[in-house]
Amino acid sequence: MDLFEYQARDLFEAHGIPVLAGKVATTPHEAKRAAAGMGGKVVVKAQVKIGGRGKAGGVKLATDPDDAFAKAEAILGMDIKGHTVHKVMIAQAAPIKEEYYLAILLDRAARSFLVMASVAGGMDIEQVAHETPEKLAKVHIDPAKGIDAALAQSIAQQAQFPSDVQKQVADVLVKLWACFVAEDATLVEVNPLVKTEDGRVIALDGKVTLDDNAGFRHPDHEALVDHASTNPLEALAKEKDLNYVKLDGQVGIIGNGAGLVMSTLDVVAYAGEKFGGMKPANFLDIGGGASAQVMADGLSIILNDKDVKCVFVNVFGGITACDAVANGIIQALEMLGNKATKPIVVRLDGNNVLEGRRILKEANHPLVEQAETMDGAAARAAELAAK
Amino acid sequence: MSIFLNKDSRVIVHGMTGSEGTKHTKRMLKSGTNIVGGVTPGKGGQSVDMDGTSLPVFNSAKEAVAATGANVSVIFVPAKFTKAAVIDAVDAQVPLAVVITEGIPVHDSTQFVAYAQSKGTTRIIGPNCPGLITPGESNVGIIPADITGSGPIGLVSKSGTLTYQMMYELRDIGFSTAVGIGGDPVIGTTHIDSLRAFQDDPKTEAIVMIGEIGGDAEERAAAFIKEYVTKPVVGYVAGFTAPEGKTMGHAGAIVSGSSGTASAKRDALEAVGVRVGVTPSESAQLLRSILGR
Repeated sequence: MDLFEYQARDLFEAHGIPVLAGKVATTPHEAKRAAAGMGGKVVVKAQVKIGGRGKAGGVKLATDPDDAFAKAEAILGMDIKGHTVHKVMIAQAAPIKEEYYLAILLDRAARSFLVMASVAGGMDIEQVAHETPEKLAKVHIDPAKGIDAALAQSIAQQAQFPSDVQKQVADVLVKLWACFVAEDATLVEVNPLVKTEDGRVIALDGKVTLDDNAGFRHPDHEALVDHASTNPLEALAKEKDLNYVKLDGQVGIIGNGAGLVMSTLDVVAYAGEKFGGMKPANFLDIGGGASAQVMADGLSIILNDKDVKCVFVNVFGGITACDAVANGIIQALEMLGNKATKPIVVRLDGNNVLEGRRILKEANHPLVEQAETMDGAAARAAELAAK
Repeated sequence: MSIFLNKDSRVIVHGMTGSEGTKHTKRMLKSGTNIVGGVTPGKGGQSVDMDGTSLPVFNSAKEAVAATGANVSVIFVPAKFTKAAVIDAVDAQVPLAVVITEGIPVHDSTQFVAYAQSKGTTRIIGPNCPGLITPGESNVGIIPADITGSGPIGLVSKSGTLTYQMMYELRDIGFSTAVGIGGDPVIGTTHIDSLRAFQDDPKTEAIVMIGEIGGDAEERAAAFIKEYVTKPVVGYVAGFTAPEGKTMGHAGAIVSGSSGTASAKRDALEAVGVRVGVTPSESAQLLRSILGR
């Protein structure tokens, strides 16, 4: 889960990382109140989970509370690269002298954690890495040892931070590591980390990604979920504990196993080229236990998607036997009754496949037809969707 | 021959007394795996009946190894206890620990993978994987044993069901070993580790490698193939239609920016002479033509 800037700011503050006053607002009135509470100039910042908001006009300086009202009114509701702005953060303005970059992240390739630090902050760090790699220090962290004061100091030196801020930067890095571990983050990024005119080092903007798998030890993370921007079908699927991602095609997909479902999407898109560009409408992995209830939940979500013209159920029976899946499909259709209106192409293979196919054949449901291979089923589903 | 697992593998099951552990212990026994006991802290000294086979339960892997000479641990414990179970297996110097559990926090897996590397005595496969099978010899994890038999193909895959699908497509030829390495961002055994083992395994004549979006493991595997692998390799990559920024089922399956895309992986593999099919069936056909079958 990626956090909004204001959530990252709050998390940093909770872990003792120096930040400026900041308050989230969802209306111009709230923005005005927040600005009045802070006094002086403030910055009104669009809260969207995508870069480049400054260039898009999503960050504006306001001279007083009335100006903050006006700026918030202009920014709220804006569309930034397809993301609607529902919230702004009112942040204290600070006289900035220098901008730096500091981040800790999971390095998949090295199977370890990585600190990236640079005095060339405030810009896209991938650009820095590409154009001036000498300005970016990368240090791997032993997960058993972590980052202590001495290591943080040495990283600050290695990244060539000016000597007058090295101690402060090292201190931020130690606290950032504590935050990274305590919150089960896979990314904590401060960009920019700034030095103010009066010599303080402050985290001005932050990006945090939390590990969804660690939710069981962080009940408080649930409150950080952005329900407003979640697709309603995805929200419904989550309630039913289904792994669903909405896409923009016409062929609804249900399968078992993440890899097989991803593959099914590709095979459908490939077959769909012959039928006017039919594409998969979703990713839905029903996992190992394809019970009737799970199948009914899955089918009902997909049949609720108005873009779907046809459904492709693609199951390879591993532990779950195909006869159980076939019974699941038939029972699911009974549960759904006349809510099920779209054709369903089923491809079963693997454990107990003959029995599974026999059950579907004998049930003779008017919406269901079977195909023997994955490629053949994909072509038929795309053909039906194009009708 | 085979890789990582053979008829001499003596297997203990971490979490054998739990519901998943019990179910899969019975399945593994049925497929001929030599299971010698289980580990459940606090339940040591008991024995459990598994469809007629009585298996001893131990408090730790160390006790289990001392009593049974086990050399493989398969881990079915819930995500919140998995790190402790893996560390227990590593401390007992079990040479192979196969972690089936999914949904493990990546901080935990990073720590136990680093811990195993620092000790240097345990290979970890997984987490979030289906395990591995050497048909006719041993089956550790949740791969169905009856899809196919022994043969000359080595298979390494991030995905469970695609492993089954590919084994099914090539069931008339058979496999030396099929390894599911898992779809998490941090895993113990990589494509490269498996490719190296298959290259060194005399029984394996050709290799199928299944990848998916996320990370750059396939690109690194391509570089390794160029340098080290002389046996024919056929590839398949899932996730061409996956949108940026959405996790596709597996925690590691996500395209971020331009990194981790399926086309980048296919291009990297094709650049080193690996033939990559557009569908699993096409990849299977490519392998058939290479083996002349």
